Amino acid sequence: MMEEDILCPFCGCLCDDIKVEVDEGRIVGVKRACRLGMSKFMGHERIAAPMVRRDGELVETSYEEAYERAAQILKAAKRPLLYGWCSTVCETAKMGILLAEEVGGVIDSTATVCHGPSIIGIEEKGLAGSTLGQVKNRADLIVFWGANPAEAHPRHTLRYSSNSTGMFTPEGRGGRKVIVVDVRRTRTAKNADKFVLIRPGTDYEVIAALRMIVKGKGDLLPDAVAGIAKSDLEEVADMMKAAKFGAVLIGLGLTHSRGRYKNVDGALSLVADLNGFTKFVVLAMRGHYNVAGFGQVCAWETGYPMAVDLSRGAPYFNPGETAACDLLARREADAMMVVAADPASNFPRKTVEAMAEIPVIQVDPFPNPTTFLSDVVIPTAVCGIEAEGTAYRMDGLSLRMKKVVDSVYPTDEEVVENILDRVRRLGDDN
Amino acid sequence: MVIILKAIMISGRTLGQGASLEAKMSPEFFNATSTCAISESDYNALGISGDENVLVRTEFGEVVLSARKDDGLPPGVIFIPMGPWANAVVGQNTGGCGCPLFKGTEAEVEPTKTRVKDVCELFADLKGLGGEGS
Amino acid sequence: MIIEGGIVYDPINGVLGEEMDISIEDGRVVEKAGGGEVIDARGMLVMPGGVDAHAHIAGGKVNTGRIMRPEDGRRGTEPRTKLLRPSTGYTVPNCYAIGYRYARLGYTTAFEAATPILEARHTHEELEEIPIIDKGALTLFGNNWEVLECVRDGDLGKLAAFVAWGLRASRGYGVKVVNPGGGEAWGFGGNVKGIDDPVPSFDVTPREIIRYLMRANEALRLPHSVHLHTNNLGKPGNYETTLETLRAVEDIAATRDRQVLHVTHMQFSAYGGTGWRDFESRASDIADYFNKHNQFTMDMGQLIFGSATTMTADAPLEYGNARLLKAKWSNHDIELEESSGVVPLVYGRKNPINAIQWAIGLELALLTEDPWQMIMTTDHPNGGPFVNYPEVVALLMSRRKREEEMATLHDLASKRTSLPSIEREMDWNDVAIVTRAGPARILGLQEKGHLGVGADGDVSIYEINPEKVDPSRDHEVVKAALARAKYTIKAGEVVARDGEVVAVPQGRTYWVDASVPEADAARVRADLVEKFAKYYSIQLSNYMVQDAYVTRPRVVRAGVI
Repeated sequence: MMEEDILCPFCGCLCDDIKVEVDEGRIVGVKRACRLGMSKFMGHERIAAPMVRRDGELVETSYEEAYERAAQILKAAKRPLLYGWCSTVCETAKMGILLAEEVGGVIDSTATVCHGPSIIGIEEKGLAGSTLGQVKNRADLIVFWGANPAEAHPRHTLRYSSNSTGMFTPEGRGGRKVIVVDVRRTRTAKNADKFVLIRPGTDYEVIAALRMIVKGKGDLLPDAVAGIAKSDLEEVADMMKAAKFGAVLIGLGLTHSRGRYKNVDGALSLVADLNGFTKFVVLAMRGHYNVAGFGQVCAWETGYPMAVDLSRGAPYFNPGETAACDLLARREADAMMVVAADPASNFPRKTVEAMAEIPVIQVDPFPNPTTFLSDVVIPTAVCGIEAEGTAYRMDGLSLRMKKVVDSVYPTDEEVVENILDRVRRLGDDN
Repeated sequence: MVIILKAIMISGRTLGQGASLEAKMSPEFFNATSTCAISESDYNALGISGDENVLVRTEFGEVVLSARKDDGLPPGVIFIPMGPWANAVVGQNTGGCGCPLFKGTEAEVEPTKTRVKDVCELFADLKGLGGEGS
Repeated sequence: MIIEGGIVYDPINGVLGEEMDISIEDGRVVEKAGGGEVIDARGMLVMPGGVDAHAHIAGGKVNTGRIMRPEDGRRGTEPRTKLLRPSTGYTVPNCYAIGYRYARLGYTTAFEAATPILEARHTHEELEEIPIIDKGALTLFGNNWEVLECVRDGDLGKLAAFVAWGLRASRGYGVKVVNPGGGEAWGFGGNVKGIDDPVPSFDVTPREIIRYLMRANEALRLPHSVHLHTNNLGKPGNYETTLETLRAVEDIAATRDRQVLHVTHMQFSAYGGTGWRDFESRASDIADYFNKHNQFTMDMGQLIFGSATTMTADAPLEYGNARLLKAKWSNHDIELEESSGVVPLVYGRKNPINAIQWAIGLELALLTEDPWQMIMTTDHPNGGPFVNYPEVVALLMSRRKREEEMATLHDLASKRTSLPSIEREMDWNDVAIVTRAGPARILGLQEKGHLGVGADGDVSIYEINPEKVDPSRDHEVVKAALARAKYTIKAGEVVARDGEVVAVPQGRTYWVDASVPEADAARVRADLVEKFAKYYSIQLSNYMVQDAYVTRPRVVRAGVI
């Protein structure tokens, strides 16, 4: 049977037009998905059963014991860190925030090591954005800054940006200009009308120079900025001002490089400035399919989108103090629960060493290096394939993910709820 | 004489890394992410022979990776796909904003005959795993 | 439950400060309850639960406000308790704080004022998370391509069918129109400058959009009228646009017993002057017009001094605000449907413009003779957060308080408005109308805003004796009493006592299901198939809000068949 209009639980594009062929409860074919989505739908090795660490070894156990051990770890901790939440649905995030309240923990998402600096930039400046369909229908200039959708969001260009067609963009790529700014000639850059190669860590200078040119102060600039000829930057500024609708799509090139949130602040400010001349929007190219969703849920529940400390009962937010990497780097977290993420792979080595020193609970469908460091491992169903729920696309649009096949595993939400339930019972006993 | 290249290390997503992102124990993930892309001129200058890997060293750590040429990279910049190999040489300072500097670490690169660690070996010294991780 | 001996104001049922008992059973007001809890309300003011007909409490704009304003989150922080989730925020509170704070004020119903269909799922996710109160959301139609095309083609039947479909798709309650045509123009950075300024690419004018949507609204016999945010809102001299808009629709008749058009947050649409230098109030022109045309209603959009977060589907207005104030600016355009913006700001007593704006809201409320035509809002959080409603009521009830306030303001508040000369002071019956009965009637909520048999058992009881306290003199007593309800009763359950939340039931969500002729519905479906194939960035089958997002619906039927 062919299931239509399935959402893809991989990247922030959250494509919702996937066709999945199901035969006797198994996925046997996938159409329209990119290589990343295809690989997700067709499946990977799974964690077979719950495990707990005994005498230094992970050994299989029952879900009941795994929940109990997880609850004991969280309950015993003084500064538990509940981290991840981006490759799962919003319903899991809601339950996770409640659990974090209950144990007086810190809850943080993978956003802090991806577009977290973008969120801080938005706190400084605000974000002039739109849905992706607005870019598809109107944009005649696309700027990818530190973003490489050809590798990270393969269908982005066709569905939403450079190669898409819409009401005012019937010619698609032919009617658009594409500018790429990056530190290397990426596959995305190879498709650009104008590629600006910058040195790593100079985004802020280049953006600041562009802002000066756009605002008519270009004569104050030297002949070259961060190694880029002024004439090159003037050409970019002219292209921007000549556009009827420009879209700046920012990637981790900004957030992971020197300047971090200040780079994003600069990009958001540039776009605000450009609106004095023509129409411009800016969007962050969010990575995981629901990293945006955790931020939304966390904001409406706690007031803040990430790195929320609930140890004092009232939410407290100060990334740099309350973000996962900071808590670990300071050896402050004394237990960690990881849901739908793999910090052991994605955090700097020194930070991972701190993780190895504390009890870790993992909730995830797939084995990964975080499994190595875990004391309790609880396998779950894959959201968007084996479980339904809500996800937010990179532009903030919420969509309902479907269940395509049955699973023997509980959902992430059920697992977190079970742990919460046991934490509450432990609380009653005391 | 050992040739040492001074370079800026950046990490980032690739299609291969993404496609094996949720299969981190697989050979595909190993092949996709335990590799260091180097500009053609730097690669040639390093004189890496067919059976050699590269050792990447930063003030935060060091890691051995397979090496490959990438004509998109400018000289002086190396690229390692996001993952535990890249993070072996990334610092933990978040600059007060929660996010480490995953791109832009100063690194030294040199050819080596040392083998690339697999994902289990990479974590073998943590949690008393002793290489028995999986 | 029996509420004994309170002094009851229930304007819909003609009860003006009578001492009487109210009985509630199974969540509804009954003649006489068989038993249950007895609440002694002797010597206290008893009114139907408050109804907020226009507030921005859920959805993308509100969350954008939270995310871009961590500094606001830190204000109004309250830790969790055994019963309550934690609270944060002042102008953009988290979902829990919204429910708790309404309950503490004695409010039991609030409507989110603007949701685009495409992002309605998000709106409902937040509405579901707001505890205690009943709620609903108004759906944005004024810049939707399908609407613009139906108007261009003069196809009223198809337009009505689309409105019915859009309400169902968004699980929405009514037709909201914001800066009609301007949102589409903003797609390329433009705006419309008046009701006859054509919308780029669509060959229609705001006048036509408003008229057609009103006619569709009446053809569908929807419980609420069109809910309009005027063109040129927020600009000096805009009272002329406002009056021109009203004159343009005088010939349209309501098909239900209610207004034919509700103009929202009128304070922002009653400005004179040619610019900010000669900015002045034209509230009296607006009020005069309303006094002669009782088919229209409005709400205040009262300004509150201090911090506010402006958020509206009028995106060009927000861009203007951000440029003028050099403030943080967020914008969010929604494909084929709308635009929107969010800008934080601070209203200052010594700022001449803000001081005049403050006076205009009060002038409008006091110069409009019929309180059923003019209900109280702050356009939360645009004019200021809803927690300030007791302040607004105190101002409406006390000339002395108004004079005390005016003495602290920039003197242009006195010179460029008529407020100093207004003697009127609202009485408790007026207050019950502008905060309860009026909003319920304007929204068409038949079981809200009154305490007759069959009404929802939503009651607020305040520790103030209307027979003993003189609100004109003791305005501080009034404000304090209204800020902390002695009891707030929701569907027959005490949810707040002495200003503290004591129970957290889950409220219901209103939406309107309107039937239309199948032939018209089929024509709409054909258009939608094409629009989704060519223009939307998602599939039609994934568009409509699923039942999972409205777990306790209260569906109101309407329609033409």
